[in-house]
Amino acid sequence: MKICVLVKEVPDAAVEKRIDASTGRMDRSGEKNLNPFDTHAIEAAMQIKEGGAAEVEEVVAVTMGPDSAVRALHKAVSLGADRSVHLADESLAGSDVAATGYALAQALRRESPDLVLLGQQSDDGECYTIGAVVADHLQMPSLTQVIKIDQEEGKLRCERQAEYGYDTVSVELPAVISVGDAINEPRYPSLKAIMGAKKKPLDKLGAGDAEIDGGMVGADGSRVECGSFKAPPQKEAGQIIEDEDTEETVQQIVAWLDERKLI
Amino acid sequence: MGDILVYVLHNEGAFNKNSLGGVSEGARLASELGGECHAVVVGGDDLTDDLCATIGAFGATKVFRAEGPEGLAQPVIDVMAKVIDDGGHSYALFGGGLLGFEIGAGLAARKHAGVTMEVTAVRVEDGKLVAERPILQDSSISESRYRGDLGVIIGRLNAFEAREEAGKTAAVETVSVEYSPWSLKATMVQRGEQRGADVNIEDADILVAGGRGLGKAEGFQLCEELAGAFAGGAVAATRAVVDAGWYPYAAQIGQTGKTVAPKLYLAAGISGAIQHKVGMQNSENIVAINKDANAPIFEFSDLGIVGDLNKILPKLTDAVKAKRGG
Repeated sequence: MKICVLVKEVPDAAVEKRIDASTGRMDRSGEKNLNPFDTHAIEAAMQIKEGGAAEVEEVVAVTMGPDSAVRALHKAVSLGADRSVHLADESLAGSDVAATGYALAQALRRESPDLVLLGQQSDDGECYTIGAVVADHLQMPSLTQVIKIDQEEGKLRCERQAEYGYDTVSVELPAVISVGDAINEPRYPSLKAIMGAKKKPLDKLGAGDAEIDGGMVGADGSRVECGSFKAPPQKEAGQIIEDEDTEETVQQIVAWLDERKLI
Repeated sequence: MGDILVYVLHNEGAFNKNSLGGVSEGARLASELGGECHAVVVGGDDLTDDLCATIGAFGATKVFRAEGPEGLAQPVIDVMAKVIDDGGHSYALFGGGLLGFEIGAGLAARKHAGVTMEVTAVRVEDGKLVAERPILQDSSISESRYRGDLGVIIGRLNAFEAREEAGKTAAVETVSVEYSPWSLKATMVQRGEQRGADVNIEDADILVAGGRGLGKAEGFQLCEELAGAFAGGAVAATRAVVDAGWYPYAAQIGQTGKTVAPKLYLAAGISGAIQHKVGMQNSENIVAINKDANAPIFEFSDLGIVGDLNKILPKLTDAVKAKRGG
Protein backbone atom coordinates (compact mmCIF):
# COMPACT_ATOMS: atom_id res chain seq x y z
CA MET A 1 0.00 0.00 0.00
CA LYS A 2 1.24 3.45 -0.88
CA ILE A 3 -0.04 6.51 0.92
CA CYS A 4 0.38 10.03 -0.41
CA VAL A 5 -0.18 12.91 2.00
CA LEU A 6 -0.95 16.35 0.59
CA VAL A 7 0.74 19.09 2.58
CA LYS A 8 0.95 22.81 2.25
CA GLU A 9 3.04 25.55 3.68
CA VAL A 10 1.14 28.38 5.28
CA PRO A 11 2.12 31.59 6.98
CA ASP A 12 2.95 31.00 10.60
CA ALA A 13 -0.03 31.78 12.82
CA ALA A 14 2.12 34.35 14.58
CA VAL A 15 2.59 36.37 11.40
CA GLU A 16 -0.08 38.85 10.44
CA LYS A 17 -1.69 37.83 7.16
CA ARG A 18 -2.53 40.26 4.45
CA ILE A 19 -3.69 40.42 0.85
CA ASP A 20 -1.44 42.02 -1.74
CA ALA A 21 -3.81 44.64 -3.15
CA SER A 22 -2.03 44.80 -6.53
CA THR A 23 -2.43 41.10 -7.32
CA GLY A 24 -5.36 40.09 -5.14
CA ARG A 25 -3.34 37.17 -3.83
CA MET A 26 -2.34 36.29 -0.34
CA ASP A 27 0.99 37.78 0.60
CA ARG A 28 2.81 34.58 1.47
CA SER A 29 6.08 36.13 2.53
CA GLY A 30 6.76 36.08 6.23
CA GLU A 31 7.48 33.03 8.33
CA LYS A 32 6.22 29.79 6.83
CA ASN A 33 5.26 26.56 8.43
CA LEU A 34 3.56 23.28 7.66
CA ASN A 35 -0.22 23.69 7.74
CA PRO A 36 -1.06 22.53 11.28
CA PHE A 37 -4.04 20.56 9.96
CA ASP A 38 -1.72 18.57 7.68
CA THR A 39 0.20 17.15 10.62
CA HIS A 40 -2.96 15.19 11.49
CA ALA A 41 -2.97 13.68 7.98
CA ILE A 42 0.67 12.63 8.28
CA GLU A 43 -0.01 11.17 11.71
CA ALA A 44 -2.98 9.23 10.29
CA ALA A 45 -0.69 7.81 7.58
CA MET A 46 1.91 6.83 10.19
CA GLN A 47 -0.71 5.13 12.34
CA ILE A 48 -1.91 3.09 9.36
CA LYS A 49 1.71 2.19 8.58
CA GLU A 50 2.52 1.27 12.16
CA GLY A 51 -0.85 -0.34 12.85
CA GLY A 52 0.08 -3.40 10.86
CA ALA A 53 -3.41 -4.11 9.44
CA ALA A 54 -2.02 -3.38 5.98
CA GLU A 55 1.54 -3.32 4.77
CA VAL A 56 2.47 0.23 3.85
CA GLU A 57 5.49 0.34 1.55
CA GLU A 58 5.75 4.06 1.41
CA VAL A 59 4.38 7.34 2.73
CA VAL A 60 5.00 10.18 0.28
CA ALA A 61 4.46 13.86 1.09
CA VAL A 62 3.28 15.92 -1.88
CA THR A 63 3.05 19.68 -2.13
CA MET A 64 2.60 22.42 -4.69
CA GLY A 65 4.12 25.82 -4.16
CA PRO A 66 7.16 28.05 -4.54
CA ASP A 67 10.69 27.06 -3.53
CA SER A 68 10.06 27.85 0.12
CA ALA A 69 7.44 25.05 0.23
CA VAL A 70 10.37 22.65 0.59
CA ARG A 71 10.32 23.48 4.29
CA ALA A 72 6.82 22.03 4.65
CA LEU A 73 8.08 18.86 2.96
CA HIS A 74 11.06 18.65 5.32
CA LYS A 75 8.69 18.95 8.25
CA ALA A 76 6.45 16.23 6.76
CA VAL A 77 9.43 13.94 6.30
CA SER A 78 10.63 14.62 9.85
CA LEU A 79 7.19 13.46 11.01
CA GLY A 80 7.61 10.15 9.22
CA ALA A 81 7.10 10.44 5.45
CA ASP A 82 9.64 8.38 3.49
CA ARG A 83 10.14 10.85 0.67
CA SER A 84 8.52 13.88 -0.89
CA VAL A 85 7.39 15.39 -4.16
CA HIS A 86 7.47 19.12 -4.84
CA LEU A 87 5.36 20.40 -7.72
CA ALA A 88 6.68 23.84 -8.56
CA ASP A 89 6.18 25.86 -11.71
CA GLU A 90 5.80 29.52 -12.53
CA SER A 91 2.72 28.67 -14.58
CA LEU A 92 0.89 27.46 -11.46
CA ALA A 93 1.02 30.77 -9.61
CA GLY A 94 -2.40 32.29 -9.04
CA SER A 95 -4.29 28.99 -9.41
CA ASP A 96 -7.69 28.91 -7.70
CA VAL A 97 -8.96 25.92 -5.71
CA ALA A 98 -10.20 24.01 -8.76
CA ALA A 99 -6.95 24.61 -10.65
CA THR A 100 -4.78 23.73 -7.63
CA GLY A 101 -6.71 20.51 -7.09
CA TYR A 102 -6.29 19.60 -10.76
CA ALA A 103 -2.52 20.21 -10.66
CA LEU A 104 -2.15 18.19 -7.46
CA ALA A 105 -4.19 15.37 -8.98
CA GLN A 106 -1.80 15.32 -11.95
CA ALA A 107 1.19 15.06 -9.60
CA LEU A 108 -0.54 12.29 -7.63
CA ARG A 109 -1.39 10.36 -10.78
CA ARG A 110 2.34 9.68 -11.31
CA GLU A 111 2.51 8.07 -7.90
CA SER A 112 -0.55 5.79 -8.26
CA PRO A 113 -1.34 5.94 -4.54
CA ASP A 114 -3.73 3.53 -2.83
CA LEU A 115 -4.70 6.26 -0.41
CA VAL A 116 -4.45 10.05 -0.51
CA LEU A 117 -4.71 11.76 2.85
CA LEU A 118 -5.00 15.47 3.53
CA GLY A 119 -5.86 17.83 6.37
CA GLN A 120 -9.38 19.12 6.77
CA GLN A 121 -8.60 22.65 5.75
CA SER A 122 -5.60 24.83 5.39
CA ASP A 123 -4.93 27.51 7.90
CA ASP A 124 -4.67 30.34 5.39
CA GLY A 125 -6.62 30.78 2.15
CA GLU A 126 -9.28 28.19 1.51
CA CYS A 127 -9.22 24.55 0.55
CA TYR A 128 -11.91 23.09 2.75
CA THR A 129 -12.60 21.53 -0.55
CA ILE A 130 -9.37 20.51 -2.21
CA GLY A 131 -9.92 16.80 -1.44
CA ALA A 132 -13.19 16.74 -3.39
CA VAL A 133 -11.52 18.36 -6.41
CA VAL A 134 -8.58 15.95 -6.35
CA ALA A 135 -10.90 12.94 -5.98
CA ASP A 136 -13.02 13.89 -8.99
CA HIS A 137 -9.94 14.22 -11.20
CA LEU A 138 -8.48 10.93 -9.95
CA GLN A 139 -11.91 9.27 -10.17
CA MET A 140 -11.65 7.99 -6.63
CA PRO A 141 -14.22 7.89 -3.84
CA SER A 142 -13.73 10.63 -1.29
CA LEU A 143 -14.79 11.75 2.14
CA THR A 144 -13.84 14.85 4.14
CA GLN A 145 -13.59 15.60 7.86
CA VAL A 146 -12.99 12.02 8.84
CA ILE A 147 -12.24 11.56 12.54
CA LYS A 148 -11.79 7.79 12.71
CA ILE A 149 -10.35 5.32 10.20
CA ASP A 150 -10.54 1.55 10.62
CA GLN A 151 -9.06 -0.74 8.02
CA GLU A 152 -11.02 -3.52 6.41
CA GLU A 153 -10.05 -5.71 3.47
CA GLY A 154 -9.46 -3.26 0.60
CA LYS A 155 -11.65 -0.71 2.33
CA LEU A 156 -11.61 1.91 5.01
CA ARG A 157 -14.40 2.29 7.52
CA CYS A 158 -14.57 6.02 8.22
CA GLU A 159 -16.50 8.05 10.73
CA ARG A 160 -17.32 11.70 10.49
CA GLN A 161 -19.71 14.27 11.79
CA ALA A 162 -22.18 15.53 9.20
CA GLU A 163 -25.43 17.50 9.17
CA TYR A 164 -27.52 15.06 11.17
CA GLY A 165 -25.00 13.44 13.53
CA TYR A 166 -22.21 10.93 13.05
CA ASP A 167 -22.02 9.04 9.76
CA THR A 168 -20.13 5.80 9.26
CA VAL A 169 -19.05 5.34 5.65
CA SER A 170 -17.27 2.41 4.03
CA VAL A 171 -14.85 3.61 1.34
CA GLU A 172 -13.16 1.33 -1.20
CA LEU A 173 -9.50 1.94 -1.97
CA PRO A 174 -7.96 3.74 -3.74
CA ALA A 175 -9.56 6.78 -2.11
CA VAL A 176 -9.03 10.41 -1.11
CA ILE A 177 -9.68 11.07 2.59
CA SER A 178 -9.52 14.44 4.35
CA VAL A 179 -9.08 14.05 8.07
CA GLY A 180 -10.37 16.28 10.85
CA ASP A 181 -8.13 17.43 13.65
CA ALA A 182 -9.94 15.23 16.18
CA ILE A 183 -8.58 12.10 14.48
CA ASN A 184 -5.31 12.00 16.40
CA GLU A 185 -2.66 13.85 18.37
CA PRO A 186 0.26 14.41 16.00
CA ARG A 187 3.65 13.33 17.34
CA TYR A 188 6.59 15.67 17.67
CA PRO A 189 9.52 14.95 15.40
CA SER A 190 12.68 13.71 17.08
CA LEU A 191 15.82 15.79 16.76
CA LYS A 192 17.35 12.97 14.74
CA ALA A 193 14.37 12.99 12.35
CA ILE A 194 14.62 16.75 11.92
CA MET A 195 18.34 16.51 11.19
CA GLY A 196 17.81 13.63 8.77
CA ALA A 197 14.85 15.17 6.90
CA LYS A 198 16.97 16.93 4.29
CA LYS A 199 18.65 13.65 3.33
CA LYS A 200 15.42 11.88 2.35
CA PRO A 201 14.66 11.80 -1.40
CA LEU A 202 12.82 14.82 -2.81
CA ASP A 203 11.56 14.88 -6.39
CA LYS A 204 10.98 18.26 -7.93
CA LEU A 205 8.35 18.29 -10.67
CA GLY A 206 7.57 20.93 -13.23
CA ALA A 207 4.17 21.34 -14.87
CA GLY A 208 5.42 19.44 -17.91
CA ASP A 209 6.62 16.48 -15.82
CA ALA A 210 3.13 16.10 -14.39
CA GLU A 211 1.55 16.58 -17.83
CA ILE A 212 -0.41 19.55 -16.61
CA ASP A 213 -2.57 21.29 -19.20
CA GLY A 214 -1.47 24.93 -19.04
CA GLY A 215 -4.99 26.09 -19.88
CA MET A 216 -6.30 24.59 -16.65
CA VAL A 217 -3.96 26.31 -14.19
CA GLY A 218 -2.55 29.65 -13.13
CA ALA A 219 -4.48 32.88 -12.99
CA ASP A 220 -5.55 32.51 -16.63
CA GLY A 221 -6.71 28.91 -16.26
CA SER A 222 -8.71 29.66 -13.14
CA ARG A 223 -12.42 30.21 -13.60
CA VAL A 224 -12.91 32.45 -10.65
CA GLU A 225 -11.41 35.88 -10.25
CA CYS A 226 -10.99 37.24 -6.75
CA GLY A 227 -10.62 40.90 -6.20
CA SER A 228 -12.04 44.16 -4.88
CA PHE A 229 -11.08 43.41 -1.33
CA LYS A 230 -12.94 45.47 1.19
CA ALA A 231 -13.20 45.63 4.92
CA PRO A 232 -16.31 44.00 6.38
CA PRO A 233 -18.72 46.06 8.44
CA GLN A 234 -16.94 46.08 11.76
CA LYS A 235 -18.80 45.21 14.87
CA GLU A 236 -17.97 47.78 17.48
CA ALA A 237 -15.08 46.48 19.51
CA GLY A 238 -16.21 45.01 22.79
CA GLN A 239 -14.89 45.85 26.21
CA ILE A 240 -11.83 43.85 27.26
CA ILE A 241 -10.88 43.06 30.83
CA GLU A 242 -7.43 41.69 31.62
CA ASP A 243 -7.87 39.50 34.66
CA GLU A 244 -5.43 40.56 37.34
CA ASP A 245 -7.56 40.46 40.48
CA THR A 246 -10.18 37.77 39.87
CA GLU A 247 -12.55 39.04 42.61
CA GLU A 248 -12.61 42.41 40.92
CA THR A 249 -12.92 40.91 37.43
CA VAL A 250 -15.93 38.87 38.52
CA GLN A 251 -17.59 41.93 40.05
CA GLN A 252 -17.11 43.74 36.73
CA ILE A 253 -18.65 40.84 34.80
CA VAL A 254 -21.63 40.67 37.14
CA ALA A 255 -22.17 44.43 36.89
CA TRP A 256 -22.01 44.18 33.10
CA LEU A 257 -24.52 41.32 33.04
CA ASP A 258 -26.78 43.04 35.55
CA GLU A 259 -26.83 46.24 33.49
CA ARG A 260 -28.23 44.18 30.61
CA LYS A 261 -30.70 42.37 32.88
CA LEU A 262 -29.11 39.00 32.14
CA ILE A 263 -28.99 37.78 35.72
CA MET B 1 -29.61 31.38 -19.63
CA GLY B 2 -29.49 32.60 -16.09
CA ASP B 3 -30.94 29.46 -14.52
CA ILE B 4 -29.63 28.49 -11.10
CA LEU B 5 -29.53 24.92 -9.80
CA VAL B 6 -29.65 24.44 -6.02
CA TYR B 7 -28.91 21.20 -4.17
CA VAL B 8 -31.39 20.39 -1.42
CA LEU B 9 -30.28 18.01 1.29
CA HIS B 10 -32.90 15.62 2.64
CA ASN B 11 -33.11 13.47 5.74
CA GLU B 12 -36.03 11.40 6.98
CA GLY B 13 -38.85 13.30 5.31
CA ALA B 14 -37.51 16.80 5.86
CA PHE B 15 -35.38 19.17 3.81
CA ASN B 16 -32.42 20.96 5.32
CA LYS B 17 -33.11 24.53 6.41
CA ASN B 18 -29.86 25.84 4.94
CA SER B 19 -30.59 24.17 1.63
CA LEU B 20 -34.03 25.80 1.54
CA GLY B 21 -32.32 29.12 2.26
CA GLY B 22 -30.20 28.40 -0.81
CA VAL B 23 -33.37 27.86 -2.85
CA SER B 24 -34.83 31.20 -1.73
CA GLU B 25 -31.56 32.97 -2.55
CA GLY B 26 -31.33 31.17 -5.89
CA ALA B 27 -34.89 32.21 -6.75
CA ARG B 28 -34.17 35.85 -5.93
CA LEU B 29 -31.00 35.90 -8.02
CA ALA B 30 -32.49 33.93 -10.93
CA SER B 31 -35.38 36.37 -11.25
CA GLU B 32 -32.88 39.23 -11.48
CA LEU B 33 -30.93 37.31 -14.11
CA GLY B 34 -34.11 36.55 -16.05
CA GLY B 35 -33.90 32.83 -15.35
CA GLU B 36 -35.41 30.23 -13.06
CA CYS B 37 -34.32 28.51 -9.89
CA HIS B 38 -34.37 24.72 -9.98
CA ALA B 39 -33.69 22.31 -7.16
CA VAL B 40 -32.08 18.90 -7.22
CA VAL B 41 -32.72 16.12 -4.69
CA VAL B 42 -31.18 12.67 -4.47
CA GLY B 43 -32.53 9.85 -2.33
CA GLY B 44 -34.93 6.98 -2.05
CA ASP B 45 -38.69 6.32 -2.16
CA ASP B 46 -39.43 8.78 0.62
CA LEU B 47 -38.73 11.60 -1.83
CA THR B 48 -42.33 11.53 -2.99
CA ASP B 49 -43.83 13.84 -5.63
CA ASP B 50 -45.76 15.69 -2.93
CA LEU B 51 -42.74 16.21 -0.74
CA CYS B 52 -40.50 17.38 -3.60
CA ALA B 53 -43.19 19.78 -4.85
CA THR B 54 -43.10 21.65 -1.52
CA ILE B 55 -39.67 23.06 -2.44
CA GLY B 56 -41.68 25.30 -4.77
CA ALA B 57 -42.83 27.27 -1.74
CA PHE B 58 -39.23 28.49 -1.36
CA GLY B 59 -39.01 29.68 -4.95
CA ALA B 60 -37.97 26.73 -7.11
CA THR B 61 -40.04 26.26 -10.28
CA LYS B 62 -38.79 22.76 -10.93
CA VAL B 63 -37.34 19.96 -8.82
CA PHE B 64 -35.09 17.34 -10.39
CA ARG B 65 -35.26 14.10 -8.45
CA ALA B 66 -32.83 11.22 -8.84
CA GLU B 67 -32.80 7.91 -7.09
CA GLY B 68 -29.51 7.37 -5.33
CA PRO B 69 -27.69 7.02 -2.04
CA GLU B 70 -28.28 9.77 0.50
CA GLY B 71 -25.77 11.65 2.59
CA LEU B 72 -22.81 11.21 0.22
CA ALA B 73 -21.42 13.86 -2.10
CA GLN B 74 -20.21 12.08 -5.20
CA PRO B 75 -23.53 10.64 -6.46
CA VAL B 76 -24.96 14.16 -6.24
CA ILE B 77 -22.08 15.48 -8.36
CA ASP B 78 -23.08 13.00 -11.07
CA VAL B 79 -26.74 14.07 -10.87
CA MET B 80 -26.01 17.79 -10.93
CA ALA B 81 -23.52 17.44 -13.79
CA LYS B 82 -26.18 15.62 -15.82
CA VAL B 83 -28.92 18.14 -15.04
CA ILE B 84 -26.58 21.03 -15.94
CA ASP B 85 -25.45 19.31 -19.16
CA ASP B 86 -29.09 18.91 -20.19
CA GLY B 87 -30.40 22.21 -18.88
CA GLY B 88 -27.51 24.65 -19.34
CA HIS B 89 -27.70 26.17 -15.88
CA SER B 90 -25.36 29.12 -15.38
CA TYR B 91 -24.81 28.67 -11.65
CA ALA B 92 -24.92 25.94 -9.02
CA LEU B 93 -25.71 27.13 -5.50
CA PHE B 94 -25.39 25.45 -2.11
CA GLY B 95 -26.89 26.75 1.08
CA GLY B 96 -23.97 25.76 3.28
CA GLY B 97 -23.10 22.66 5.23
CA LEU B 98 -20.53 19.92 4.88
CA LEU B 99 -22.02 18.10 1.87
CA GLY B 100 -22.42 21.36 -0.04
CA PHE B 101 -18.67 21.94 0.20
CA GLU B 102 -17.87 18.49 -1.12
CA ILE B 103 -20.45 18.49 -3.90
CA GLY B 104 -19.71 22.05 -5.00
CA ALA B 105 -15.95 21.50 -5.18
CA GLY B 106 -16.31 18.17 -6.98
CA LEU B 107 -18.78 19.69 -9.44
CA ALA B 108 -16.35 22.54 -10.16
CA ALA B 109 -13.67 19.95 -10.94
CA ARG B 110 -16.01 17.96 -13.18
CA LYS B 111 -17.26 20.99 -15.12
CA HIS B 112 -14.07 23.08 -15.05
CA ALA B 113 -15.97 25.76 -13.23
CA GLY B 114 -14.96 28.40 -10.73
CA VAL B 115 -15.98 27.81 -7.13
CA THR B 116 -16.29 30.14 -4.15
CA MET B 117 -17.04 28.84 -0.67
CA GLU B 118 -18.11 30.42 2.62
CA VAL B 119 -20.11 32.97 0.61
CA THR B 120 -22.12 35.42 2.72
CA ALA B 121 -23.72 37.57 0.01
CA VAL B 122 -24.42 37.36 -3.72
CA ARG B 123 -25.50 40.12 -6.08
CA VAL B 124 -26.18 40.60 -9.77
CA GLU B 125 -23.82 42.86 -11.70
CA ASP B 126 -23.88 43.24 -15.49
CA GLY B 127 -26.05 40.16 -15.82
CA LYS B 128 -23.66 37.99 -13.81
CA LEU B 129 -23.35 36.92 -10.22
CA VAL B 130 -20.74 38.34 -7.90
CA ALA B 131 -20.13 36.37 -4.69
CA GLU B 132 -18.78 37.93 -1.51
CA ARG B 133 -16.66 35.87 0.78
CA PRO B 134 -15.08 36.94 4.05
CA ILE B 135 -11.46 35.79 4.33
CA LEU B 136 -8.61 35.88 6.86
CA GLN B 137 -10.83 35.31 9.90
CA ASP B 138 -13.42 37.72 8.48
CA SER B 139 -10.98 40.64 8.45
CA SER B 140 -11.47 41.24 4.73
CA ILE B 141 -14.14 40.51 2.12
CA SER B 142 -13.14 39.15 -1.27
CA GLU B 143 -15.40 39.30 -4.33
CA SER B 144 -15.53 36.45 -6.83
CA ARG B 145 -16.44 36.85 -10.47
CA TYR B 146 -16.83 33.84 -12.70
CA ARG B 147 -15.49 32.94 -16.12
CA GLY B 148 -16.78 30.12 -18.28
CA ASP B 149 -20.20 28.52 -18.54
CA LEU B 150 -20.77 27.63 -14.91
CA GLY B 151 -20.10 29.26 -11.55
CA VAL B 152 -20.36 27.39 -8.26
CA ILE B 153 -21.38 29.23 -5.10
CA ILE B 154 -21.21 27.56 -1.70
CA GLY B 155 -22.88 29.59 1.02
CA ARG B 156 -21.75 29.92 4.58
CA LEU B 157 -24.05 28.35 7.14
CA ASN B 158 -27.12 30.56 7.75
CA ALA B 159 -26.03 33.05 5.08
CA PHE B 160 -29.25 32.66 3.10
CA GLU B 161 -32.63 32.95 4.73
CA ALA B 162 -35.37 30.50 3.76
CA ARG B 163 -38.44 32.47 2.68
CA GLU B 164 -41.60 30.42 2.32
CA GLU B 165 -44.61 31.34 0.24
CA ALA B 166 -47.24 28.84 1.33
CA GLY B 167 -49.16 27.07 -1.37
CA LYS B 168 -46.65 27.46 -4.20
CA THR B 169 -45.45 24.15 -5.60
CA ALA B 170 -42.77 23.09 -8.05
CA ALA B 171 -42.99 20.69 -10.98
CA VAL B 172 -41.18 17.45 -10.20
CA GLU B 173 -39.09 15.73 -12.85
CA THR B 174 -37.38 12.39 -12.35
CA VAL B 175 -33.90 12.14 -13.83
CA SER B 176 -32.18 8.85 -14.42
CA VAL B 177 -28.46 8.98 -13.96
CA GLU B 178 -25.75 6.49 -14.66
CA TYR B 179 -23.50 6.92 -11.68
CA SER B 180 -19.74 7.09 -12.10
CA PRO B 181 -18.12 3.88 -10.84
CA TRP B 182 -16.14 5.76 -8.16
CA SER B 183 -19.29 7.49 -6.90
CA LEU B 184 -20.64 4.17 -5.69
CA LYS B 185 -17.42 3.07 -3.98
CA ALA B 186 -18.28 4.95 -0.81
CA THR B 187 -21.32 3.50 0.93
CA MET B 188 -23.22 4.70 3.97
CA VAL B 189 -23.10 2.19 6.80
CA GLN B 190 -24.92 4.32 9.34
CA ARG B 191 -26.23 7.86 8.98
CA GLY B 192 -26.88 10.51 11.59
CA GLU B 193 -25.94 8.58 14.71
CA GLN B 194 -26.51 10.61 17.86
CA ARG B 195 -23.80 10.32 20.46
CA GLY B 196 -24.19 11.24 24.07
CA ALA B 197 -27.19 12.61 25.90
CA ASP B 198 -29.98 14.49 24.16
CA VAL B 199 -29.88 18.05 25.42
CA ASN B 200 -31.85 21.08 24.32
CA ILE B 201 -29.76 24.17 23.76
CA GLU B 202 -31.87 25.94 21.16
CA ASP B 203 -34.50 27.21 23.58
CA ALA B 204 -32.14 28.39 26.33
CA ASP B 205 -31.90 32.13 27.05
CA ILE B 206 -28.46 31.73 28.57
CA LEU B 207 -25.81 29.46 27.13
CA VAL B 208 -22.45 28.71 28.69
CA ALA B 209 -20.33 27.17 25.95
CA GLY B 210 -17.09 25.29 26.48
CA GLY B 211 -14.19 24.69 24.13
CA ARG B 212 -10.80 23.08 24.11
CA GLY B 213 -9.52 25.69 26.56
CA LEU B 214 -11.37 23.82 29.30
CA GLY B 215 -8.42 21.44 29.15
CA LYS B 216 -10.30 18.22 29.83
CA ALA B 217 -13.80 16.72 29.85
CA GLU B 218 -14.15 17.44 33.55
CA GLY B 219 -13.79 21.15 32.73
CA PHE B 220 -17.42 21.08 31.61
CA GLN B 221 -18.44 20.79 35.24
CA LEU B 222 -17.44 24.45 35.64
CA CYS B 223 -19.70 25.34 32.70
CA GLU B 224 -22.60 23.31 34.09
CA GLU B 225 -22.30 24.94 37.48
CA LEU B 226 -22.29 28.41 35.96
CA ALA B 227 -25.23 27.60 33.64
CA GLY B 228 -27.10 26.25 36.66
CA ALA B 229 -26.59 29.50 38.52
CA PHE B 230 -28.59 31.42 35.91
CA ALA B 231 -32.32 31.03 35.33
CA GLY B 232 -32.80 29.08 32.09
CA GLY B 233 -29.13 28.35 31.54
CA ALA B 234 -27.80 25.45 29.47
CA VAL B 235 -24.40 24.22 28.32
CA ALA B 236 -23.15 24.11 24.73
CA ALA B 237 -19.89 22.93 23.18
CA THR B 238 -17.58 23.33 20.20
CA ARG B 239 -17.03 20.69 17.59
CA ALA B 240 -13.49 19.99 18.76
CA VAL B 241 -14.58 18.92 22.23
CA VAL B 242 -17.60 16.99 20.96
CA ASP B 243 -15.37 15.02 18.59
CA ALA B 244 -13.00 14.46 21.50
CA GLY B 245 -15.92 12.92 23.41
CA TRP B 246 -16.01 15.55 26.18
CA TYR B 247 -19.62 16.56 25.61
CA PRO B 248 -22.68 15.26 23.69
CA TYR B 249 -23.18 16.02 20.02
CA ALA B 250 -26.65 17.47 20.69
CA ALA B 251 -24.95 20.39 22.47
CA GLN B 252 -22.70 21.28 19.55
CA ILE B 253 -22.72 24.77 18.03
CA GLY B 254 -21.62 25.61 14.51
CA GLN B 255 -21.05 24.20 11.04
CA THR B 256 -22.34 20.67 11.60
CA GLY B 257 -24.13 21.42 14.85
CA LYS B 258 -26.83 23.81 16.00
CA THR B 259 -27.36 27.47 15.37
CA VAL B 260 -28.35 29.50 18.41
CA ALA B 261 -29.17 33.09 19.29
CA PRO B 262 -29.62 33.28 23.07
CA LYS B 263 -29.81 36.46 25.15
CA LEU B 264 -26.40 35.63 26.59
CA TYR B 265 -23.69 33.45 25.07
CA LEU B 266 -20.80 32.96 27.45
CA ALA B 267 -17.86 31.29 25.71
CA ALA B 268 -15.29 29.64 27.96
CA GLY B 269 -12.01 28.51 26.42
CA ILE B 270 -13.29 28.93 22.85
CA SER B 271 -10.94 30.50 20.32
CA GLY B 272 -13.74 31.50 17.94
CA ALA B 273 -13.05 29.69 14.66
CA ILE B 274 -15.36 30.58 11.77
CA GLN B 275 -17.06 27.17 11.91
CA HIS B 276 -18.12 27.98 15.46
CA LYS B 277 -18.86 31.64 14.88
CA VAL B 278 -21.45 30.93 12.18
CA GLY B 279 -23.54 29.06 14.74
CA MET B 280 -23.66 31.73 17.46
CA GLN B 281 -22.85 35.16 16.05
CA ASN B 282 -26.45 36.35 16.28
CA SER B 283 -26.51 35.96 20.06
CA GLU B 284 -27.68 39.18 21.73
CA ASN B 285 -24.75 39.41 24.12
CA ILE B 286 -21.46 37.57 23.75
CA VAL B 287 -19.06 37.24 26.65
CA ALA B 288 -15.77 35.42 26.10
CA ILE B 289 -13.23 34.13 28.58
CA ASN B 290 -9.94 33.01 27.09
CA LYS B 291 -6.36 33.08 28.26
CA ASP B 292 -5.09 33.97 24.79
CA ALA B 293 -5.47 37.72 24.25
CA ASN B 294 -5.20 37.15 20.48
CA ALA B 295 -8.09 34.67 20.28
CA PRO B 296 -10.38 35.63 17.35
CA ILE B 297 -13.43 35.41 19.60
CA PHE B 298 -12.47 38.72 21.23
CA GLU B 299 -13.05 40.39 17.89
CA PHE B 300 -16.77 39.66 18.01
CA SER B 301 -17.51 39.50 21.71
CA ASP B 302 -19.20 42.32 23.59
CA LEU B 303 -17.25 41.62 26.74
CA GLY B 304 -13.94 39.81 26.66
CA ILE B 305 -12.01 38.57 29.66
CA VAL B 306 -8.38 37.63 29.19
CA GLY B 307 -7.65 35.22 31.99
CA ASP B 308 -7.70 31.72 33.42
CA LEU B 309 -11.19 30.23 33.25
CA ASN B 310 -10.39 27.80 36.05
CA LYS B 311 -10.03 30.78 38.37
CA ILE B 312 -12.81 32.91 36.92
CA LEU B 313 -15.68 30.46 36.35
CA PRO B 314 -16.08 29.20 39.95
CA LYS B 315 -16.01 32.72 41.35
CA LEU B 316 -18.41 33.93 38.68
CA THR B 317 -20.78 31.07 39.53
CA ASP B 318 -20.76 32.09 43.20
CA ALA B 319 -21.25 35.76 42.33
CA VAL B 320 -24.20 35.06 40.02
CA LYS B 321 -25.80 32.85 42.69
CA ALA B 322 -25.29 35.56 45.31
CA LYS B 323 -26.77 38.20 43.02
CA ARG B 324 -29.86 36.11 42.28
CA GLY B 325 -30.25 35.05 45.88
CA GLY B 326 -29.99 38.64 47.04
